[in-house]
Amino acid sequence: MHDVTLTINGERRTVALDARTTLLDALRDHLGLTGTKKGCDHGQCGACTILVDGRRINACLTLAVMHDGDTVTTVEGLGTPDDLHPMQAAFVAHDGFQCGYCTPGQIMSAVGMVGEVAKGWPSHASASLNGKPELTEAEIAERMSGNLCRCSAYPNIVAAISAAAKDTEASS
Amino acid sequence: MRPFEYTRAASPGEAGQMAAAPDARFIAGGTNLLDLMKLQIETPDALIDISRLDLAAIERTDDRGLRIGALVTNADLAADPDVRRHWPLLSRALLAGASGQLRNKATTGGNLLQRTRCGYFYEPSARCNKRMPGSGCDAMEGINRMNAILGGSSACIAVHPSDMAVAMRALDAEVETLSADGATRRIPLGDFYRLPGEDPSVETVLAPGELIVAVVLPPPHGGWQTYRKVRDRASYAFALVSVAAAVRLEDGLMRDVRLAFGGIGTMPWRDQRVELVLEGKAPSDKLFDEAARLLLQEARGHGHNDFKIPLTRRTLMAALRETTASFEEETSA
Repeated sequence: MHDVTLTINGERRTVALDARTTLLDALRDHLGLTGTKKGCDHGQCGACTILVDGRRINACLTLAVMHDGDTVTTVEGLGTPDDLHPMQAAFVAHDGFQCGYCTPGQIMSAVGMVGEVAKGWPSHASASLNGKPELTEAEIAERMSGNLCRCSAYPNIVAAISAAAKDTEASS
Repeated sequence: MRPFEYTRAASPGEAGQMAAAPDARFIAGGTNLLDLMKLQIETPDALIDISRLDLAAIERTDDRGLRIGALVTNADLAADPDVRRHWPLLSRALLAGASGQLRNKATTGGNLLQRTRCGYFYEPSARCNKRMPGSGCDAMEGINRMNAILGGSSACIAVHPSDMAVAMRALDAEVETLSADGATRRIPLGDFYRLPGEDPSVETVLAPGELIVAVVLPPPHGGWQTYRKVRDRASYAFALVSVAAAVRLEDGLMRDVRLAFGGIGTMPWRDQRVELVLEGKAPSDKLFDEAARLLLQEARGHGHNDFKIPLTRRTLMAALRETTASFEEETSA
């Protein structure tokens, strides 16, 4: 067993884990944070997306022991029911889900993605590698392609992300 | 997942010594290795965690080339301002691969070493010489739509899946390694991969415990560059066919032609005979067609993947038209 210390949603937690434990299973089964979902468990669906040191990753495809000392943000740390994060509020306002299972991953991925755009990162959909990226529908679809929604709520997911990104830009 | 011994390496030298043991593996991004370990296709006894080593810098070399640390993530490499401006082909290839989440984890060294996505390699009940040497190849007569048309043997027709490595081959990258005994060497990417031959389980020339520490690019090519990828979905899918192309036009003639191909070969594919057909000549569809014929003269379909032969010809033609016409991403070397 390995002692693993993580700063999760601002709180320092230490757990003893088998080296095989993925970060996803550590969060859900050992730390009681079940907001992060397990879909495919192979990095294909994006339901397990979290932020590690501010970057979006698939929690299912990494070992918890490799993240000893890291800072993790899950959907529980983004906002509360009384004080939603703007991305969460936008998903509600635009009805960006049906069953809701992929939603935490969609929201965490969207928050990470908006940060990437703010840093000027281009995407496969960007006409130029060097210009300031604009979050068009095509850009959002490309940048969110690692998050699947079996209910196919994509039009409303795109609308929610687009609205939240505009609000973030306006307030910054 | 089978149990394994986990160790976080303190230095590249220590990592190499620990990973020289049989059935030990380096782990960095882990996006491919853990996927395979969950399916028990990879069953290492020991994982040597190299993810905290100081190998994540991107720096210019003395000759204006670029040295990319093995642990630079695919996301950071694609977004690097110097790479975007001077090696746009590399940015484009990286951005055409995987998803945002995976690119944030996957590393430069790991990307080169990722395993094939051949369905029979991934299916433990199937015969696969790459997964279980000597067992046979169920892809040969099976559903081989994604498989290779170039570089295959009677033992294996699995495609190397990387987009990044295709761009790296076109850009004449070299792999810098550190051996378990402390020796360093530089391997041109063209000599790095092995064709499947009789034992497709051995995919590179790396020795046990030999660690990739960096990938080195020569000075910028300076011409028009494109990475054209054809796939089943618009995003987050492996290539059916991809073409990395870089061409400089001088007085209307093509110079320094570089072409590499993904989705069709058992390794990131490059055939310099094809480049020589174009070198010093004026671009024309007739000439592009001649180049495609030469590239594909030894291509062999296996049924479901026969379509890749005409698709490669058309994708190459399109990439050459794009790079020899006025095109946005001119580099300023």
